[in-house]
Order: sequence, then C-alpha cells, then structure tokens
Amino acid sequence: MSVISAGTRDSGVVTWRNLMNVRRQPDLLLGATLQPIMFVLLFSFVFANSIGDDPSAYREFLMGGIFAQTVAFNSAYTTIGMAADLEKGVIDRFRSLPMTRAAVLVGRTASDLAVSAIGLLVMSICGLLVGWRIRGSFIDAIGAYLMLLLFSFAMSWIGAWIGLVSGSVQVAQSAGFIWMFPVTFISSAFVSASSMPGPLKAVAEWNPVTAIADAARSLFGNARPGVLGQSDAWPAHHSVLYALVSSLAVLVIFAPLAVAKYRKVASK
Amino acid sequence: MPPPASSIAVRAEALVKTFGSTRALDGVDLEIPAGTVLGLLGPNGAGKTTTVRILTTLLKPDSGRAFVAGHDVVADPDAVRRSIGLSGQYAAVDEHLTGYENLYMVGRLYGMSRSAASSRARELISRFRLNDAGDRPAKTYSGGMRRRLDLAGALVAEPAVVVLDEPTTGLDPRGRMDTWDVIGELVADGTTVLLTTQYLEEADQLANKILVIDHGKVIAAGTADELKAQVGGERLEIVVVEQTELATTARVLAEVGSDEPVTEDLQRRVQVKVDTGPKALVEALRRLDQEGVSVLDVALHRPTLDDVFLALTGHVAEEAQQADEKKKAKGRKAKTQ
Repeated sequence: MSVISAGTRDSGVVTWRNLMNVRRQPDLLLGATLQPIMFVLLFSFVFANSIGDDPSAYREFLMGGIFAQTVAFNSAYTTIGMAADLEKGVIDRFRSLPMTRAAVLVGRTASDLAVSAIGLLVMSICGLLVGWRIRGSFIDAIGAYLMLLLFSFAMSWIGAWIGLVSGSVQVAQSAGFIWMFPVTFISSAFVSASSMPGPLKAVAEWNPVTAIADAARSLFGNARPGVLGQSDAWPAHHSVLYALVSSLAVLVIFAPLAVAKYRKVASK
Repeated sequence: MPPPASSIAVRAEALVKTFGSTRALDGVDLEIPAGTVLGLLGPNGAGKTTTVRILTTLLKPDSGRAFVAGHDVVADPDAVRRSIGLSGQYAAVDEHLTGYENLYMVGRLYGMSRSAASSRARELISRFRLNDAGDRPAKTYSGGMRRRLDLAGALVAEPAVVVLDEPTTGLDPRGRMDTWDVIGELVADGTTVLLTTQYLEEADQLANKILVIDHGKVIAAGTADELKAQVGGERLEIVVVEQTELATTARVLAEVGSDEPVTEDLQRRVQVKVDTGPKALVEALRRLDQEGVSVLDVALHRPTLDDVFLALTGHVAEEAQQADEKKKAKGRKAKTQ
C-alpha cells in the first residue's frame, strides 16, 4: 500500500476513534457550542444597545466576529485532546503500532474540525434567532463557511503543538485557553480595530482574527454600523485574501512544528 | 514466517540510557530464543520499563544495539513495530470505545482490512472471555477485564514477539490468575514473550528464564530454580506456645534446616532455611510432636523477590530504592551548593 493511502487510512481510523469519544461523551460538545451561544446572547443584549443607535445593526456586525472567535477557540480543544491522549498513554499505544506517525495529529485536527463545524451550525441558528441574516450570495456564504473551517483547522495545529509541549492536561487546560483571549479580543471581532490605541491598533489590524471576522462579514453581506470606523490597513481592504494567506501560513509553520514535537515527545 | 526454534527472537547488547544524571540502563544484555518466555525481574525503578520502551521503539538508547525479530530497533523501527505487540502496565485502553472497537481500531492500525480487523476483534473478544462486555464501553470494565482487553490488543496482529510490561501489577488475585492463564496459552502457541514483573512467583510461573535487574544492570540470570538455589530455598517458620519450648524447637529445626535457625524470643518464633520444602515441614512437625512441643503456628515461605535481592545484593529491594532516593537528594544538595 502506498504511503499516502496508508496515511489516509490511519488518519481516518484515529478520526473515527476521536469522534466516537465525542459521541459517547456529548458533554465534550458543550464547550464548542454553549460558549459561542453565550457570546452571541451576551454581546447581542448587553453590548448592542451601547454601541451605536441601532442594536440590530451591531448584532449583524457581531456575528462575523463571534464566528471568528469560535473557530479560533478550536485550537484550545485540540490542545486539551492532545494532552489527554499523551497523559493516558494512548499515544504510547499508537507509537508502538506500525502506523503513520502524523496520523495521530491529522486524526485529532480532523475530528476537531468536525466538532468545529457543529459549533458553526449551532451558532448560525442562534444568530438567525437574534436577527442575523445571510445577505450575500449562496456561493459567497459557502465560501465564508469554508474559510472559517480552514482557519479552524489551521488553529487546531497550533493547539496540537501547544498540547504536546504542555505535558499534562492540567497545564494544557490553562495554556490552551489563556492566549485565546488577547488573540480574539485584540481584533475587530467585537469592535473596530481603528478605534484602539496605537500599538494595539497595529496588532489588531494585522491579527488574522480581524481578517477572518471582516471576511466573514463581507462574504455574508453583513454591513458595518456607521459608528464603527473602517481601518485603512492593507488587510482591512483585502480581508478574504489575507484570511486565506494567514490560515495557510499558520498551517505551513505549525503542522511541521507539531509533527516534529510529536516525534520527539515520547522518545526523550 | 515462523523462525526456527533455535533462533534468537530478541537480542539486546550493552543498552545504555540516561535521564539527566540518572543512569536508567547501565549496559543491559539480553537474549530471548524464539518461542520462549524471558522474565525481567526487578523492583520499581530498576530499568525494566526503560528496557521495554527501547525494545518497542518508544525510546532510543544512548548506546548499545537491540534487534527484535531480526530488525534493528533504531534503524528500522517500523519493521520492529510490525513484529511486536505491546501491553503496557497502565492499560492503554480507550475507555469510551467498546472492547470490540478498541481491538478493531488496533487491527486497522496494523494495516488489516475492515473485515479482517472486525473478525479478528470478535475472535479475541471471545477468546479473552469478554463476550458479554464486548459491546460495552471499556470504562464499565473491571481492572481485570481492562487488562485482558489490553493484552488482547497486543495479540491482534499475531505478532512474533509479545512484550508484557507488568501485566498483573494492580490486579486482584483472580485477575492475576486470569492473566497468567492467557499468557500460558500464548506460550503454548509458540509466541516469544518478554515479561517484566516485580513478583518472583509470576516469573517462576511463566518464564523459561529470568533476568534480575537492579540499578539498570543485570545482576543475575537463570531459571527460577537456579535463582532460588542462590537464595537457599524456602524458609520454615514455627511459633510455639511457651517460651520454654524455644530451645528444643531451635534444636529440631537446626537438624531439619540447611542453615542456623534464628530464634525470636518475644514472638516465640524460630525460623530456618530449608532445601526440601514441604518434606522438611512435615519432618519438623513430626519431631516437634515427639518432643512434646506445642506448636501454635507454622508457615513455609517460598523465596520472594526481596529474598532474591537480599541474597544477590545484600540489601532488600526497598532499601535499594531508599538508598537511591537519598543519593538523588544528596546529588541535588551538591548541585545547589
């Protein structure tokens, strides 16, 4: 059997195993679904009335940001899943089998991608309930979901690397989440990047999360409320392109890092 | 391809592995003829698991070489992985998968087709007496059932060499007997087995040859009987009713035993080493009865790992560990100074 087909089969088996785990512990889905719902409701009803005159305009703007935030958080679930497998000795079992090395990582990121897709679906329904609508074309909307999933998958590889570095589930639980907050909040996910003070503004304008949020809005046809200024930075005007390029860049950097770390982690 | 009976299935030469300043393995050699069982016996931290991890390609040695089923563990780890089945001391069973699903997954990862993996999983479920539980998530299993499942996982691909790292540690006596039965069947099938254990009795039951390992070095090798001969056979222990009977008891035991008896006045106990086991016991009781000594309690102790250690190293296993920890603590102090 060729290397590629063996790798695909092994990755498929690991993905299946991870998804069976999710099926048997549905509470694993709580984080990936309840948290975004909570954000949609909190921001829609706590913030929307203070930002601009028209709460419904902010809700429409908000959804792109929460989509971006949700897929970014996918990395934290990968971190914890990886660390748990390592701690329980599952990785040792895998490493003693004649399987493709990277399959454990591909299987983990693939199953987390599926969980992420469920999260997007739940959130979309929740958004529709608070007044969000897809106003662009069908093709653009499909493109928006595919872009979100690509970013989710890319973030998952950062998460896998962090999970392998953490060494224990306890460390992974904080290490996986803590960096998510600055990364998702110093962005245009919930406010305008252009209103932030100097250095934060630069970070926010070039933060891939900003590009993902802006690109989702533009592909879904959701307008920006007038009170939220438009940034002049290059990514703001090429959000879809920058979103794709930065997702691919994350993949190109972190997939090899994670694979290298995986090879090393138990053979110390 | 079944290797000829005379061939060597596993060979390790001068394995060395250090973790920081600890020398976990300090030149371990071993050889397992195909179709036999080698027991690797030693206390916690002696280097058993490190040896297993090197032979199963989970760890690279700092120096030395090892071959499993003819394949170099460092140069050709994939070929080694295809030839081995590993059952760890912490059962690496996925508790949310059913027993059947666990085995199916392992089969698929060995490269078996869906149908082959499925029928092999069913076969092992029934062979390991997990029929009733095969379709329940493994988290509902008892410790013994989990261990059986983990053991079954090592056999999915019918590997030439099976490595069992402390297969019965933490099991209750029934679980231990169950596991021994399974290992016995394996051996009958001609599989080569490397078994690590802390229990001499277990190595005695299952292994053709035993290596005793301590501080990363092989300190003795031989059959169970040879090792026991070094220890000096069993220990006979008699507790009498009256302290005044101790002298007579000691005299009798000196004649029956192979060594000077040891008398403990307060416990009213006399102990002696014996070579002939139960025969010596019967003889001692008969003579004590003739002398009119009232025996309160009697016991015949087979040599334990501690006895073997005591005989081989002059210290007991636990002391070895404590001394080790003291040494480490000293080392740390020295570093901070």
